[in-house]
Amino acid sequence: METGCNMLLLECPYCGVKAEETELSPGYEAHLKRFGPGSTDEEFEAYMFARKNPKGVHFERWRHTYGCGKWFLAARCTATLEVFGTYPAQVGEPPADIIEKIKARRPDWKGYK
Amino acid sequence: MSTRLAKGGRLIDRAAALEFSFNGKRLKGYRGDTLAAALLANDQMLVGRSFKYHRPRGIVAAGPEEPNALVNLGSGGRLEPNQRTTVTELFDGLEATSQNHWPSLEYDVGVVNNYVSRFLPAGFYYKTFIHPRSFWKHVFEPVIRQSAGLGKAPKDRDADRYEQAYAFCDLLVVGGGIAGLQAALVAGRAGARVLVLEQNAHWGGRAPVDGDVIDGKPAGQWVDEAVAALEGMETVTLRARCMAAGVYDHGYVLADEKVADHAPGDGRPKHRLWRIRAGKILTATGAIERPLSFAGNDIPGVMLAASVRDYVVNWAVSPGDRTVVVTNNDDGYRTAIALREAGLAVPAIVDARASPAGDLVARARALGLRIEAGRGIAKVKGGKRVTSVAICLQAGEGAVIDEIACDAVAMSGGWSPVVHLWSHCGGKLIWDMEHACFRPDPARPPLNHDGGALVVAAGAANGAMTADAALLDATAQAEAAVAALGMKPKKAKAPLAEAVVEGPMEAVWIMPQGASIELKSKMWLDYQNDVKVSDVQLAAREGYESVEHTKRYTTLGMATDQGKLSNINGLAVLAQALNEDIPQVGTTTFRPPYTPVTLGALAGEARGEIFQPLRRTPMHGWHEKNGAYFEPVGLWRRPYCFPRAGETHEQAVHREVVNTRTALGLLDASTLGKIIVKGPDAGKFLDMLYTGVMSTLPVGKCRYGLMCNEQGFLSDDGVVARIDEETWLCHTTSGGADRIHAWMEDWLQCEWWDWQVYTANVTEQYAQVAVVGPNARKLLEKLGGMDVSKEALPFMAWADGTLGGFPCRVYRISFSGELSYEIAVPASHGAAFWEALHAAGAEFGVMPYGTEALHVMRAEKGFIMIGDETDGTVIPQDLGLDWAISKKKADFLGKRGQQRNFLASGERWKLVGFETLDGSVIPDGAYIVASGANANGQGNTQGRVTSTYYSPTLKKGIAMGLLHRGPERMGDVVEFNTVKGGTVKARVVDPVFYDKEGEKQNV
Amino acid sequence: MKRYSVFAIAREALRHHTGWERAWKSPEPKKEYDAIIVGAGGHGLATAYYLGKNHGIRNVAIIEKGWLGGGNTGRNTTIIRSNYLQDSSAAIYEKSRSLYETLSQDLNYNVMFSPRGVMMLAQTHHEVRGYLRTAHANALQGVQTEFITPQRVKELCPILNIDGPRYPVLGALWQARGGTGRHDAVAWGYARACSEMGMDVIQQCEVKGVRSENGKVTGVETSKGFIGCRKLGIVVAGHSGQLAEMAGFRLPVEAVALQALVSEPIKPCMDIVVMANTVHGYMSQSDKGEMVIGGGTDGFNNYTQRGSFHHIEETLRALIETFPIISRLKMLRQWGGIVDMTGDRSPIISKTPLGNCFINCGWGTGGFKAIPGSGWAMAELMAKGEPGPLAAEFDMWRFKEGRFIDESVAAGVAH
Repeated sequence: METGCNMLLLECPYCGVKAEETELSPGYEAHLKRFGPGSTDEEFEAYMFARKNPKGVHFERWRHTYGCGKWFLAARCTATLEVFGTYPAQVGEPPADIIEKIKARRPDWKGYK
Repeated sequence: MSTRLAKGGRLIDRAAALEFSFNGKRLKGYRGDTLAAALLANDQMLVGRSFKYHRPRGIVAAGPEEPNALVNLGSGGRLEPNQRTTVTELFDGLEATSQNHWPSLEYDVGVVNNYVSRFLPAGFYYKTFIHPRSFWKHVFEPVIRQSAGLGKAPKDRDADRYEQAYAFCDLLVVGGGIAGLQAALVAGRAGARVLVLEQNAHWGGRAPVDGDVIDGKPAGQWVDEAVAALEGMETVTLRARCMAAGVYDHGYVLADEKVADHAPGDGRPKHRLWRIRAGKILTATGAIERPLSFAGNDIPGVMLAASVRDYVVNWAVSPGDRTVVVTNNDDGYRTAIALREAGLAVPAIVDARASPAGDLVARARALGLRIEAGRGIAKVKGGKRVTSVAICLQAGEGAVIDEIACDAVAMSGGWSPVVHLWSHCGGKLIWDMEHACFRPDPARPPLNHDGGALVVAAGAANGAMTADAALLDATAQAEAAVAALGMKPKKAKAPLAEAVVEGPMEAVWIMPQGASIELKSKMWLDYQNDVKVSDVQLAAREGYESVEHTKRYTTLGMATDQGKLSNINGLAVLAQALNEDIPQVGTTTFRPPYTPVTLGALAGEARGEIFQPLRRTPMHGWHEKNGAYFEPVGLWRRPYCFPRAGETHEQAVHREVVNTRTALGLLDASTLGKIIVKGPDAGKFLDMLYTGVMSTLPVGKCRYGLMCNEQGFLSDDGVVARIDEETWLCHTTSGGADRIHAWMEDWLQCEWWDWQVYTANVTEQYAQVAVVGPNARKLLEKLGGMDVSKEALPFMAWADGTLGGFPCRVYRISFSGELSYEIAVPASHGAAFWEALHAAGAEFGVMPYGTEALHVMRAEKGFIMIGDETDGTVIPQDLGLDWAISKKKADFLGKRGQQRNFLASGERWKLVGFETLDGSVIPDGAYIVASGANANGQGNTQGRVTSTYYSPTLKKGIAMGLLHRGPERMGDVVEFNTVKGGTVKARVVDPVFYDKEGEKQNV
Repeated sequence: MKRYSVFAIAREALRHHTGWERAWKSPEPKKEYDAIIVGAGGHGLATAYYLGKNHGIRNVAIIEKGWLGGGNTGRNTTIIRSNYLQDSSAAIYEKSRSLYETLSQDLNYNVMFSPRGVMMLAQTHHEVRGYLRTAHANALQGVQTEFITPQRVKELCPILNIDGPRYPVLGALWQARGGTGRHDAVAWGYARACSEMGMDVIQQCEVKGVRSENGKVTGVETSKGFIGCRKLGIVVAGHSGQLAEMAGFRLPVEAVALQALVSEPIKPCMDIVVMANTVHGYMSQSDKGEMVIGGGTDGFNNYTQRGSFHHIEETLRALIETFPIISRLKMLRQWGGIVDMTGDRSPIISKTPLGNCFINCGWGTGGFKAIPGSGWAMAELMAKGEPGPLAAEFDMWRFKEGRFIDESVAAGVAH
């Protein structure tokens, strides 16, 4: 059984810097759909609390806080810390090339939805 | 006895004699000695006491795997407990004392544990000390605590400093033995950026000691040439005395460089912590020799065979005059040969194998050494020093065949590759039958961020146990690593080491194999923690079957050496006890660091006042000069009050309040967050962010706003000013600026990225001063430069201009209820402006005031404070701030959250004021009691105080708080609890205690 | 099963301890049980123990993927305290703490509960007010705490630097009957007691699926085959999300890494537990003499048991400022655990959308101290099908209603 520490290295898709975790702020799940007024209690609860928590491929938000200040998204494996790619936050779903890369690396992966 | 030999010693400089002391005794050594070598040279074999039984302990090893020879090094601010003598370089004036004994090393009362050790097997404390209940805490535990622990607890602050540095490389080579150097040569020639780390002060590892010959040259010469060649390569950096402590994800490696351990107090930092980011890591970390488990293998004088050789060859120290070698492999013969060549006696080589064969065995025979094949040690005799060994058949039960007098025993149980760094980040191991050891499984390496292999192992660390195999392996591994980095290795001939044909080793986990339980309870696995073969067998018998259970139950491998000597032996004993194969039982966890790292080095330069970043306002220097008492607010330090000579803080606060309300007060409000929000969609954006409407705010005006999180709970508040058509300036709380700015960016970048809005956090670009009190306008008029009259600048308006020549923006806002101007000037003018206000304000009775006076005054006015009235569970409606929540807006952040039934309920605790019936101050934090108790027997409550102060203005206690349906209960009398029991009665009143009509702030 | 005592040890010593029995049996699973607990960590084992002891349900299996007690039970800093702010938290943690007081006697296994006292430093005025609030809440909750002066802080812990240049100590919340316990022993002691009651502790058995009929649980698919049950309790901390998915629902929890470290052992220099929440670090000294150190959690999902290294550095900076004498001690080992965090950082002890399936998770960084109380409350929930007063507020639907149990409100308190 391994147990040590990590110090993630993620490439900021805006400034191209390979940024160390200390330069970044994590922001949990990516591609969230916001539910505001008019949504049901269930929708609102799911949006606020029932966040994805997979052991495996995960899409998440990071901010290059001590760099360019931009939020970006990362596809990362929570079980191995492998990073499949990073991409700008201004998209509705993960880019196709990253999806392809994940499928190649994780044939059993059920897809991002 | 152990002594210094007349000749030899490849690492010592006999011309440089050094003096040091051990337990007060003055002793001599040479430059190049380790403390352990120097102690042995002075016949100091006994160096400490074991953890549990306080048994005498001698030096066992010559490297970082040493479990026994730990000392308190230095004194006062330089006392370092548990220092390994085997890796401590000797320096002039070194002071060391031995550990874990009382009254002295030679006569230790704690050794009584040894005599009753039979009653103290593994885990005995789980089975006893149960009754009577209070005895554990008051009787048993204190005794155990006193007897445990090792080194002395320091009493003083660390006198040394530490620094941290970053390094980046394509290939990090860990280990400066022949495999590491060869790998570095391959990578360096290919043009890779290479960093080579070696934990010792010298290069070359074991090869020069073992007499290897490389390319026809003695290994030492080859090493010198390799180091010279590497030093000549521009892309290669060599760093000695630098231990790679841990491998972390994505190629992050932590290394601890001992910069000045060998020269304390010379002005350099004691250690330098390297944070290395490597493209790939090659571990050429060698292997560690294993002890053999025979009865009495912990008696001082029993040492690892290769370490005995190290002492003889490197430091010209003989651990004993007559050394019996006991081995299950050919490498042990190297020690016998080295001892004989140094002129020392080797009465016998006890070889557990029935028919040893190989080049080294032949050489030993040729030297006339007595070889006892198929034999083992039944028992070592001696107390504080070995006196003899009893020989038996390895295959038998321990019947003594012969007894051989000796004063040292050199044991070799085979070698374990150092796989720690490979394993830290998830690399898996396979069992190597040939060498009876775990080695890295190349098919399952630790992975890098791209899913490729992060670490490769080479040389002995990869199971290539001989010099020739290690060099070939290092070459191949380095070439593959370089290719994986996208570089092309240069064609070069791999160096060839002369092959020494070795016979197969034979795994021996218990000696003799059929040993009785009496013998097994004298076979030590973990020397420091006193774990014996019998303890592991007991754990297995009791069902602690997983390695982790056994380890934790027996404490095997949990000592300061982290099981470097004991883990594999313990595992093998466990596997035997469970009747399973070793790989099935698995390995224990390899946790970083490889060897312990000084905490100070991990903290680095961040100590004292700068242990966290320190933020100062432009006026900070003035505050310090004028005796401010500071309080931390986030990373800022803000004046809490400005006490005068003889004043308590409380008196100072009261004076500041009264002066501000009657004359003139100045507050350094620079820490207040200032965020510019600009763009065509800025108004729309702010309407989403604030509960109220900001888009309709006229240019030139200010409006108070509330921000909630998506859950609906209040998160920040402040005054917003409309600067121009497209620009707003949002004030936040002092602690909230960075958080709120990040929050704004989050929404703009991730949700409403098509909105045209820009934000800038300009908090530190401006110094801001609140000029407060009835004389505020007089002061500004005296400074002159702009119209600050009621007409030109009414309440909740702002204007740009100059005052006393300073460019400024003046906001007519008030957090005190007085006539008040908040004036922002460029930060570079802050200090001068502050002083100008003081100078000009003297005639108006100006005084600075701090955060506490601010708090008291806002409480008198019934203004809420984020963090006091709110705590992350309070919504604006709880605080009677419904007026600041837009009913018209379809959406704002928090609106949906506030619609959930628990938040929308009418049964919530709501803000009211309180006045005690006796005028006293309600205790901070008090709850309002209700009748009865809940289902868990806890007293019921119906509210709590949120702000409570003595009001120097009203000369009585005032408070705000939350009360169940509070606003409906004006005039009721409620009771606040106190921690001493009893209650304080208070009447429910309006929370605005001072100037309810706002006449003062509107003048 | 043989009772443990000093006499038993003396008796066994005469035969070199060859007569000790297994502390727990390692049986193959039966076809069906009245109740199955997934997860043989402290919480799961305690649940089973109180199911048997308090409710007479003994046909129980505790199923564990790895080795019992191998998760967070064996990876924490062993702090036991109950000085919580909110009523429902204080109730369950105080129940837990009081059960710890007699746990060694109850289990006939020395779990070394040592009420050496837990001190939470107040280093800002805001924190002072927060702890005063907790002290007042505790007074009504029947939890014995007091707010003490800096001078008393120094008396109780002489190695503490109360006059630091950045965050001088302004006081502390002191719980004299808080303390530490031996974490492994808690799991082992419960396992032994469960085994003695006839329950099956089944290790090395991974749950692969949850089977149900008509909305009610019928059993679990495991690496050792299907095992039927009438009631199922999921008590798997960091892996709750996976198990919930198998049972067909999503939990409001996220898995993050929490780290701890110990120094090399030194002679006793600190008798109490100190938590410094403003600077994010806490420390105590174990009976072995190691300084046991913990800090903050990461902010991203992680199942690797490897947390971010910079948290270790931050924690050590804070603690060296707080305890200057530790600077020259050495970090001996460092490890991480996967903790499950809920939306309000308080646990879930709840019925689930699946009938007869119950969940206990979300203890975050505060799990060890809660083990007995959590087991007690979970057992009551499983036995009766409805929560008792201890678990009543901890249902998984509170987030939907906004009914938070938020402990961080006091002063950013780490659990």
